[in-house]
Amino acid sequence: MTTLETAAKPEGLRRIAIDPVSRVEGHGKVTILLDDQRKVHQVRLHIVEFRGFERFIQGRPYWEVPVMVQRLCGICPVSHHLAAAKALDLVVGAKTLTPTADRVRRLMHYGQILQSHALHFFHLASPDLLFGFGSAPAKRNVVGVAAAQPELARQGVLLRKFGQEVIRVTAGKRVHGTGAVPGGVNKHVTRAERDELKAALSQVLEWARAGVQLISRLHLANRHLYDTFGTAKSNLLSLVGARGALELYDGTLRARDPDGKILFDGLDCQQYRSRIAEEVKSWSYMKFPYLSALGPEAGWYKVGPLARVQNCDVITTPLAEAERAAFRDAFDGAITHAPLAYHWARLIELLHAAELIARLLDDDALSEGPLTATGPRRAEGVGVIEAPRGTLIHHYKVAPDDLVTMCNLIVSTTHNNTAMNEVIREVARAELDGREPTEALLNHVEVAIRAFDPCLSCATHALGQMPLLVDLVDAQGLLVKQLRRDSP
Amino acid sequence: MTHGTFELDGREVPFSPGQTILQAALAASVYIPHLCYHPEFKPHGSCKVCTVKVNGRPMSSCTTPAQEGQQVESNTPEINEARRTLVQFLFVEGNHFCPSCEQSGRCTLQATGYALGMTNPQFNPLFPNRPVDASHPDILLDFNRCILCELCVRASGEVDGKSVFALSGRGITKHLIVNAESGKLGDTELSVGDKAVEVCPVGVILRKRKGFDEPIGRRRYDIAAIDEFAAAAPKGGTP
Ligand code: SF4
Ligand code: FES
Repeated sequence: MTTLETAAKPEGLRRIAIDPVSRVEGHGKVTILLDDQRKVHQVRLHIVEFRGFERFIQGRPYWEVPVMVQRLCGICPVSHHLAAAKALDLVVGAKTLTPTADRVRRLMHYGQILQSHALHFFHLASPDLLFGFGSAPAKRNVVGVAAAQPELARQGVLLRKFGQEVIRVTAGKRVHGTGAVPGGVNKHVTRAERDELKAALSQVLEWARAGVQLISRLHLANRHLYDTFGTAKSNLLSLVGARGALELYDGTLRARDPDGKILFDGLDCQQYRSRIAEEVKSWSYMKFPYLSALGPEAGWYKVGPLARVQNCDVITTPLAEAERAAFRDAFDGAITHAPLAYHWARLIELLHAAELIARLLDDDALSEGPLTATGPRRAEGVGVIEAPRGTLIHHYKVAPDDLVTMCNLIVSTTHNNTAMNEVIREVARAELDGREPTEALLNHVEVAIRAFDPCLSCATHALGQMPLLVDLVDAQGLLVKQLRRDSP
Repeated sequence: MTHGTFELDGREVPFSPGQTILQAALAASVYIPHLCYHPEFKPHGSCKVCTVKVNGRPMSSCTTPAQEGQQVESNTPEINEARRTLVQFLFVEGNHFCPSCEQSGRCTLQATGYALGMTNPQFNPLFPNRPVDASHPDILLDFNRCILCELCVRASGEVDGKSVFALSGRGITKHLIVNAESGKLGDTELSVGDKAVEVCPVGVILRKRKGFDEPIGRRRYDIAAIDEFAAAAPKGGTP
């Protein structure tokens, strides 16, 4: 851990707060504490989301939980829905799901990955990447993309729509569906629904491929910036499937060190607590997980696309596997920790999700066969999936009267908590040290946060559209300077 | 056997002896919003959602006998506004979180709210603290959603012959109780097949472990709005 987290002598330092003033509840806030020489002394990302939800679930009947947890996060409800259902499968004794339940849930999950990744890249990230981080905010948004590259913007919208359709036919609704129930699913996907989705497949695959081409071109054309911007080395964590393959829905946990050496592998998700601990810090509501064997100082890690694509040994679909190989070659087989490489990895996953959807739509188990399984009741269950933003852990204990007595959630953005803090520090050090803070410089901090695609409501505003209030406050708490940007 | 007719919002509605205004209206496929009325039980007129104006005076249509030549107003902006207010009170007096409620799409309160054009809660929720009773092996009681319609009380007493439920207290402190020394459902004779379990119009008396087996989108009021049900089921009423 760098020394920038806590300044040695906080008194006599100036504070810059990047504070999204948003009507949406819950927002991130970055505090940068400067000294008299404008040197960065302290950087903290404050996150107030995800508070108190665990308590809310205690005392509720377990079958309500997969629906209830979707309210946890407006940004990836399907992921919470599935992670909770997976944990509760074990409680109702469904160690193995029926083929129908497995296929329907996977289809739902891949639909969510596809729509989420498409939204993030085409809507939120591409404006920065196409026009440059310092370009005029008025242009640097999805409307700007639509004007400059209408075809690209259109593809983004349609890719996302396709993912939403996949979710609708599996979950019942586009948002907040109820498709997964403890032990399985509550409906089939009809042949007619499958045929309709299949008709769009060739286009979807083509656009997904073009997306990877675009981001790799952008990355390679501006190699130095993409490779070095905010780069901070860390461990990596994700699920992997059989033979170490990229696996998004169900697998075992694997961790690597910053150089790619495997730290542990094949860890049964039920045992996550044997390897992952959570640290509480006084200044943040969000916990800081770490690999317990390495301790909080060295054990922090990254999750999400960049971790997954480098943690796995292979991707089981051919187009995405070819792109993974190209990615690896671009970094000479070494692990990259560049936050901006998240975008490239994310689009490889988008392509993978599209290929998996194509494969699944041919599977008749989607449309026929038993929906649920049961077995001997158990008191506890852990469900882990790879959500669009990274590893998501749901853990419940259920009493014999069917009420939940314990709930522990580690959401993707929490796993990335330290990593995001570290990356912001890197950026702040490189971009802000010794200079007067300007809007463009502060944008860089946001670009770094956005690379992780955190599920924070502030991060869902297009860049350049996010209302910002930047306060410079001295050690006595006096406002020295205020930068302000309102949403257009 | 038709006994006579009365006028409901300008339309002639026939009635037979002993029918109330609500019964005659529903038999003629005209929907009058209602919550505590159920065709299988004697009306007791507590929710007041079925209020109409009979010859200019507000009355509960579920308890007022139909009479020859009555002038009844029901579907007017003024009356619907009053009904909407009553329903909005019910929403804030309990804890009704439709998005995560397993009865969403088959709940009479929710469907009536929609039928009355209720779009927001309007009043500040009281957020009462009402822990669930999970002591019964097969049935869960979630008091958070009780609208005190007394249908379970009537069903358990009159049909099941068990008198498992009762209402206790007055006014804002009125609440549902379980007739057992422990106060716990697990210590009663209630069983899953009982009429009292089936009759709850909202999400209080629930069969355990079944909540979301019926997909959203295929539920009763997902398929047709509550007033369309009344129109399609002439004998009915909307339990
Ligand atoms: S439990 Fe249901 S049926 Fe009984 S009084 Fe409450 S709302 Fe009515
Ligand atoms: S008072 Fe008539 S239905 Fe409730």
